[in-house]
Amino acid sequence: MHLKLHVWRQANAKTTGKIVSYDAPHVSPDMSFLEMLDVVNDGLVQKGEEPIAFDHDCREGICGACSMVINGIPHGPQRATTACQLHMRSFKDGDEVYIEPWRAVAFPIVKDLIVDRGALDRIVAAGGFISVNTGASPDGNAIPVSKNIAELAMDAAACIGCGACVAACPNASAMLFTAAKAAHLNLLPQGQPEREDRTLRMVAQMDAEGFGNCTNYAECQAACPKEIDIQFIAKLNRDLIRANLKQGNQGTGEVK
Amino acid sequence: MTLNSKVPEGPLEDKWENHKFNMKLVNPANKRKYTIIMVGSGLAGGSAAASLAELGYNVKCFCYQDSPRRAHSIAAQGGINAAKNYQNDGDSVMRLFYDTVKGGDYRSREANVYRLAQVSVNIIDQCVAQGVPFAREYGGVLANRSFGGAQVSRTFYARGQTGQQLLIGAYQALERQIGLGKVQMYTRSEMLDLVVVDGKARGIVTRDMVTGKIESHAADAVVLGTGGYGNVFYLSTNAKGCNVTAIWRAHKRGALFANPCFTQIHPTCIPVAGDHQSKLTLMSESLRNDGRIWVPKKAGDSRAPGDIPEGDRDYYLERKYPSFGNLSPRDISSRAAKEVCDEGRGVGPGGLGVYLDFADAIKRLGESTIRERYGNLFEMYERITGENPYKMPMRIYPAVHYTMGGLWVDYNLMSNLEGLHVIGEANFSDHGANRLGASALMQGLADGYFVLPYTISNYIAETKPQTISTDHPAFKQVEQEVADRTSKLLAVNGTRTVDSFHKELGKIMWDYCGMARNDAGLRKALELIPPLREEFWRDVKVTGVNADLNQELEKAGRVADFLEFAELMCHDALMRTESCGGHFRTESQTDEGEALRDDENYTYVAAWEYTGVGNQPIMHKEELEFEYVHLAQRSYK
Ligand SMILES: Cc1cc2nc3c(=O)[nH]c(=O)nc-3n(C[C@H](O)[C@H](O)[C@H](O)COP(=O)(O)OP(=O)(O)OC[C@H]3O[C@@H](n4cnc5c(N)ncnc54)[C@H](O)[C@@H]3O)c2cc1C
Ligand code: FES
Repeated sequence: MHLKLHVWRQANAKTTGKIVSYDAPHVSPDMSFLEMLDVVNDGLVQKGEEPIAFDHDCREGICGACSMVINGIPHGPQRATTACQLHMRSFKDGDEVYIEPWRAVAFPIVKDLIVDRGALDRIVAAGGFISVNTGASPDGNAIPVSKNIAELAMDAAACIGCGACVAACPNASAMLFTAAKAAHLNLLPQGQPEREDRTLRMVAQMDAEGFGNCTNYAECQAACPKEIDIQFIAKLNRDLIRANLKQGNQGTGEVK
Repeated sequence: MTLNSKVPEGPLEDKWENHKFNMKLVNPANKRKYTIIMVGSGLAGGSAAASLAELGYNVKCFCYQDSPRRAHSIAAQGGINAAKNYQNDGDSVMRLFYDTVKGGDYRSREANVYRLAQVSVNIIDQCVAQGVPFAREYGGVLANRSFGGAQVSRTFYARGQTGQQLLIGAYQALERQIGLGKVQMYTRSEMLDLVVVDGKARGIVTRDMVTGKIESHAADAVVLGTGGYGNVFYLSTNAKGCNVTAIWRAHKRGALFANPCFTQIHPTCIPVAGDHQSKLTLMSESLRNDGRIWVPKKAGDSRAPGDIPEGDRDYYLERKYPSFGNLSPRDISSRAAKEVCDEGRGVGPGGLGVYLDFADAIKRLGESTIRERYGNLFEMYERITGENPYKMPMRIYPAVHYTMGGLWVDYNLMSNLEGLHVIGEANFSDHGANRLGASALMQGLADGYFVLPYTISNYIAETKPQTISTDHPAFKQVEQEVADRTSKLLAVNGTRTVDSFHKELGKIMWDYCGMARNDAGLRKALELIPPLREEFWRDVKVTGVNADLNQELEKAGRVADFLEFAELMCHDALMRTESCGGHFRTESQTDEGEALRDDENYTYVAAWEYTGVGNQPIMHKEELEFEYVHLAQRSYK
């Protein structure tokens, strides 16, 4: 099939970008979306033009590197599928395809479709961990964890940190990401000692990074390639109220 | 050069304990005076960087991705081994040790493997404490499964994403240290060279992948945890960015490269769909627990799988290896698939595929049970191929998956270059000629959490290194060399894309240094590689400039290194005329077509010394001594 691509091109963080159109002839339905871009890029390089820059690595839907908005939807039209796992059989001959980077104040564009998602790492650095040094741990079976809790924690931990939730949110909020990261640890018995502190710190960092507020659009859940449930946002809100009460906090660290 | 493995004296069981006791310690107050460079943030690098920072060292950690959490370890699906014996099924440190040495076809160092099995139990404890959500039984205890041909259930797992969950554990510990200011994290930074002063590794030179800036970093010790080099084949299950660059440049600065030809080909991957193929996707080995592998008996049988009656099918693994059947080890299963395809009995486009059929299992257990067990994997398969594996058999084919070879290290995980330590897949140490399933994650975390933090402290305590400043002429010189090389790549301005060279190299390696190797083929590869490399430097087209994010330039640097490294791999494969593990020399097989080792002549590690691009490298031998394991012909019949 033959597609027409409209791609966001931007040389670096300092310049302004624009949409540039390209032909993608000879697209096979067996190609992944990124392989289709590889072929287009190959053509650009042959002509001496700079190829379209995009983040990618595993191409298996797990590293969370790939990040592009395809026809208005983060990671494109297929449910629960990252851009690297999206295949061209989801498109048909003659389709026009718009490809843009994640758009959020907290994700500055680095080049073309590549953005800086360092803010997500900083939310984790602020409190998204259990403070246990190497070697200071009891036997693995010393802490029983009920299967239901373990499964629920695993549902939250399935987050691949791609940032599609932020890109999908009309407010560019990082609530689903933060909620998933916090819930993974807050649910487990090992995570209890730091539960309040963790919640407050992660939320404070999220606010400091300039992500927007959560106003329950739920677009994040629809875009999440790992189908992380927005129930975790409700849980984060509960944990936050609890933390504020316990720590006698007024006003700080509230979810706006 | 004599290679001293520095394996401690004493009985196998006591070596590590005694060694830990005999090692020198660094005073806690002094640790903050030392800086350690950690290149890589995967299971090995991430766990090491966090642990070293917890001890009090200053750590500078580097990765090429935009976040340390995206290291390729994230992609591991199946699980991690540990000799916990929670299942009471007869597992023990000794048994895990024995299985690993046997699985590696007796080409690994006993003392290292024993230590690996010993610390495996601590890894699970550590990960649980960090909050890794391992699978649990209803009673709340940890669940296990058997994996990759093991006869005990010692594999811990977290759904189909064990690698991601373990890596997130290490990443969280790392981020905690970043938050505390003990680790300085450099993302989108590629190590392009090692700086050696007076025979000691003293730092690295990196390229900032956003600005193009070439930078020097000095330290008291350098650690490489940069993963495997399977992408020398172009197509593999590795992430696109996996490379040999860091360890190859260290090799060119004097570090010996051990057993480079030992590569693992994984039997269950989705076959190539066309020329556009950019990587191969692994289908978890666990599928072999219920799927039956077969091809048509007749070559060229083009009927749809459902139309081929039982009598016309060859369940070749069940036929050849009745006791292990579809669960035979990776190297054996992979070779058997290649064999039937070479006979013209392969299925799917190009005839490079075999069926993995769930029809019997669905009949026996019902579709819902199969969905419960493998739902995610079936979905992934359908997403990629457009075929529904509940209705028709999957098609699978072997693909390059893991590299057992790597930089040579001693028992302390230090290379022959003083101060240069190598951990995880990047070193050669524990898997011999073939790695068992679920053992790479174990090794990466063993190295990073429980071995390196001790041994590197000993190194620092013994040598009391004095930090050299990056103003030292050695740094300036290496920086210049790196800058020149980058300019040279951009200046060629030829006609062929970087990828086209990479694909051509990959094909040479797959054809002549892949699943089956022989003298004539390897010599042919050694004839083909140098002109390809020469053409690359004459005709490659690298667009853009250095002072910018430039993915073509990044790829070009890596492919340039693969083009040099590939020759070393072929030299190693050519030298080793025996078959062992993943290295199959067609000249050396049993009457039944199985790999035939030559213990008398090849019970050694081949550690190669660099002598210049295109020159014959020099081999140094580390003889392997087996005191505890009896060398036997592997048999899985
Ligand atoms: C699809 C797949 C499934 C697997 N499943 C399993 C399994 O179930 N069980 C198991 O035990 N093993 C499995 N393995 C193997 C295992 O995942 C790897 O061997 C292991 O994770 C490697 O860890 P590592 O830390 O050594 O390297 P990696 O995780 O590859 O990390 C390498 C790090 O080095 C950095 N780096 C590399 N080069 C440079 C450079 N030049 N400059 C700067 N930084 C650099 C990278 O950014 C990265 O941070 C699997 C492998 C694959 C491909
Ligand atoms: S490239 Fe890793 S998730 Fe898409």
